[in-house]
Amino acid sequence: MNPIRRKRLLLILLGLAAIGIASALVLLALRENLQHFVSPSDVDAGKAAIGQRIRIGGVVEEGSVRRGGEGLDVRFVVTDRFKTLRVHFRGILPDLFREGQSVIASGALTGPDLFEADEVLAKHDENYMPAEVADAIARGKAKKAEQAP
Amino acid sequence: MIPELGQFSLILALLVALVLGVLPMIGAQRGRERWIALARPAAYVQCGLVALSFALLAHAFLVQDFSVAYVAEHSNSVLPVRYRFSAVWGAHEGSLLLWALILSVWTALVARFSRSLPDTFVARVLSVLGLVSVGFLSLTLVTSNPFLRHLPGLADGNDLNPLLQDFGMIVHPPMLYMGFVGFAVAFAFAVAALIEGRVDTRWVRWSRPWTLVAWSFLTLGIALGSWWAYYELGWGGWWFWDPVENASFMPWLIGTALIHSQAVTEKRGQLLRWTLLLAIIAFSLSLLGTFLVRSGVLTSVHAFASDPTRGAFILAFLGCVTGGALALYTWRAPRFSVDTGFEPVSRESLLLLNNVFLVAACAMVLLGTLYPLVAEAMGWGKVSVGPPYFGLLFPILTAPLFLLVPFGPLARWRQDQAMRIAAPFKIAFIAALVVAAAAFALARGLPLRAVLGIVLGVWVIAGTLTYVRRFRADPQRRARGLSRESIGMLIAHAGLGVFVIGVMLVESTSIEKDLRMARGESVEVRGLRFTFENIEPLDGPNYRADHGVFVVRSGERIVATLHPQKRAYRNRQVMTEAAIDPGFTRDLYVALGEPLDGGKAWAVRIYHKPFIRWIWLGALFMMAGGLFAAADKRLRERRAQALTDAGADALGAAA
Amino acid sequence: MRRLNFAMPLLLFAGLAVLLYSGLGKDTRTVPSPLVGKMAPAFDLPDLLDPTQRVSGQSLRGRVYLLNVWGSWCVACVQEHPILMRLAASGRLPIIGLNWKDEPEAAVALLRRNGDPYSAIAADREGRTAIDFGVYGAPESFLVDAQGRILYKHIGPLDWASVERQLFTRIEGSTP
Repeated sequence: MNPIRRKRLLLILLGLAAIGIASALVLLALRENLQHFVSPSDVDAGKAAIGQRIRIGGVVEEGSVRRGGEGLDVRFVVTDRFKTLRVHFRGILPDLFREGQSVIASGALTGPDLFEADEVLAKHDENYMPAEVADAIARGKAKKAEQAP
Repeated sequence: MIPELGQFSLILALLVALVLGVLPMIGAQRGRERWIALARPAAYVQCGLVALSFALLAHAFLVQDFSVAYVAEHSNSVLPVRYRFSAVWGAHEGSLLLWALILSVWTALVARFSRSLPDTFVARVLSVLGLVSVGFLSLTLVTSNPFLRHLPGLADGNDLNPLLQDFGMIVHPPMLYMGFVGFAVAFAFAVAALIEGRVDTRWVRWSRPWTLVAWSFLTLGIALGSWWAYYELGWGGWWFWDPVENASFMPWLIGTALIHSQAVTEKRGQLLRWTLLLAIIAFSLSLLGTFLVRSGVLTSVHAFASDPTRGAFILAFLGCVTGGALALYTWRAPRFSVDTGFEPVSRESLLLLNNVFLVAACAMVLLGTLYPLVAEAMGWGKVSVGPPYFGLLFPILTAPLFLLVPFGPLARWRQDQAMRIAAPFKIAFIAALVVAAAAFALARGLPLRAVLGIVLGVWVIAGTLTYVRRFRADPQRRARGLSRESIGMLIAHAGLGVFVIGVMLVESTSIEKDLRMARGESVEVRGLRFTFENIEPLDGPNYRADHGVFVVRSGERIVATLHPQKRAYRNRQVMTEAAIDPGFTRDLYVALGEPLDGGKAWAVRIYHKPFIRWIWLGALFMMAGGLFAAADKRLRERRAQALTDAGADALGAAA
Repeated sequence: MRRLNFAMPLLLFAGLAVLLYSGLGKDTRTVPSPLVGKMAPAFDLPDLLDPTQRVSGQSLRGRVYLLNVWGSWCVACVQEHPILMRLAASGRLPIIGLNWKDEPEAAVALLRRNGDPYSAIAADREGRTAIDFGVYGAPESFLVDAQGRILYKHIGPLDWASVERQLFTRIEGSTP
């Protein structure tokens, strides 16, 4: 094989190898860093593993927000109008966080019914609800209606 | 009456754009002089009409004509005057009109400053720009008309989202759009070249200044957005890998590859297909960004009101523009085959690597941004891709770039040896290590990322200075002087070094404390004492605020007095106004959270952010570098240098 | 073979376009709400115009009606208002208003200025009923049948074409 051809072949092979490695890295990183969105009903049905980093969404149950003692501990309950989930968060809550409003929290389950949040999101206009949350609630309500006689 | 005039003007502009998009192109194909000559005047007329339309919309805002639905939705009687103006582009419809305006302005500028180019080529370029305009104008008129009235009229309007009532928000979108839309010019040049089947690369020289200016504006726009988010959003963050941010960053990455690729193609005739593709992709990513932000396909903090109809329209538009251009490329590119005229170790190959890494980084960001969409389409559930993905992979994919940047300018064209290139950089390398060690010692220990950041940053800056040293050491080059293009390159590369130092230091050494403070309490952060002195109510033009007073002391000396606020606006939105003490080596940042215990204490956020300003300073350097390079005389000379043309003609003959 | 090389960008783009298009189609706004076909959530709220009276889902059983979610703060609601007036005037479908997270004075003032198309208006000041209905923006309208089942959900301002094509057609089909 003449030298130019060989050089080209080498370059191409190197390039392919690089692409292969890069793709593998990327896909690996992607898989590790995905966050699934679940509703309290999903958690109740066991669809979320303990310790896995996820996002939960729903509405902050009225009368459920409790601020801790000395620090910035806050506990509240997220509901999709069918099932509830207790949430613990340490930090400053966003401006639009309010009882009866939609919320999305990022973190992990520390038990079957306790969620430890490290991020609480309520970044929307107060008259806007994320589609995921609205869907979760509609599904929750439908299930509830089905259960009722 | 006046809004109707605005709409009418826009319709006329659409018709002119249609003429511009069709006739000169056909004229260039068929050799019809009269149709070719239509291009420039049509461009000017289009610009005037769109400008008029925009002015009339602005007028409606300034006089507060609430019978116009768009005005009523985003402005009201107590909105301060300066924000009435920026509210014009604060939401979807108006921002589309701004896009259209900026596009027509660039088109007119190309028409004006292209006298030294062949008329047929210019006609094609302007036609392409005209067709893009047709897309935007029809998108605006059909799905997003800002001039729609509604009856019955409202007595008063909604307010403008308070997040947008701010200087940064006034300037950020126009700068950003100047960049996005500016890439349309590079795109138009590439498409025109493909249509003509021009094998010579003179057109690349013509397109360089336009691309450089567009890139500079985009750099500025992104930096402004980051700076704005930092002081306005109250979380102290400067980049969130939010889909909308990514939508602006991807064109920037490709744009950076493009300006470098254009340099190679212009000087050596190499990497022509890269240049063509990158020009098409840069603008396509700008359009994709527009799509993502407005279609409701992805949820994001920034997204405009989403609407699938608009989304479908933009997607169809994107399909035509990008699909058309890529189809043209597929058809015509084979005839642009040029022998790979360079060796594995050469400046060309270094810049080729540059292209590869930047495209890889862009692809990585694209994947992360679109993955939630893929997941939903495939039924894998609702997922989101968080900052850890981007934060991990982006440095990995771009680290090689930082390492190689200093070598590029000193490498020889066509053929060189690795050892020869590396030799002058021993000092720079040592300097990087020494500075990092010194910083480590001074700070009494630094995290690994900070050290790496300093090493890389100083390496890039010192490497850039090495170029200057070598340049001055060579009497021949010294006599000729540094071209503006080279100066621009030096400034921009130095800016890159400044940028990476800022990023790595602030990300690894910033201190963030969320805590509960009662009036009179103090807290220590990095040797500074922050005292929560007071908080009291305060009234603004369209809000009510809780106004806090924090005093920062170093020992007995007062370093800063900060006034964070919590504002409640008329439309019941609550906003955090952070208080920042900016500094060259650190920012002090205080934001109010919420009142606790009935107001006896407050949740407070205090940050100490070292070197964060270097991030935007680096970006400003890059912007300045781009503008300098665009101003290079060689890129503007009417009579092409004999050498370049002879070379180009030889290439043309060989093809 | 070489042609394939050159066609790669185009093919990749085509794939991307298909993906994006599917994303549009999947947009929850165009997919029917999960509540369609199910029983409407129960509610019992004060009447906006006479707070001593109540408006409840139970009391509305027995006839088909349109539940319209609106607020005086919502500009798009003003856009659909003439359609509602026209619908009310036709007498074919009673409209029950759900005044969502609004100040009663502002809501009443708006009705006084622009006209009142509603047979009754429930005041949902906290927004909890709206949440139960899965509302994510205003205006939204729900067509509810005589048994209290949701037949159709319309997101965004109503236009007369939708009234004819989506609402009137469904009223014919359901038992009065």
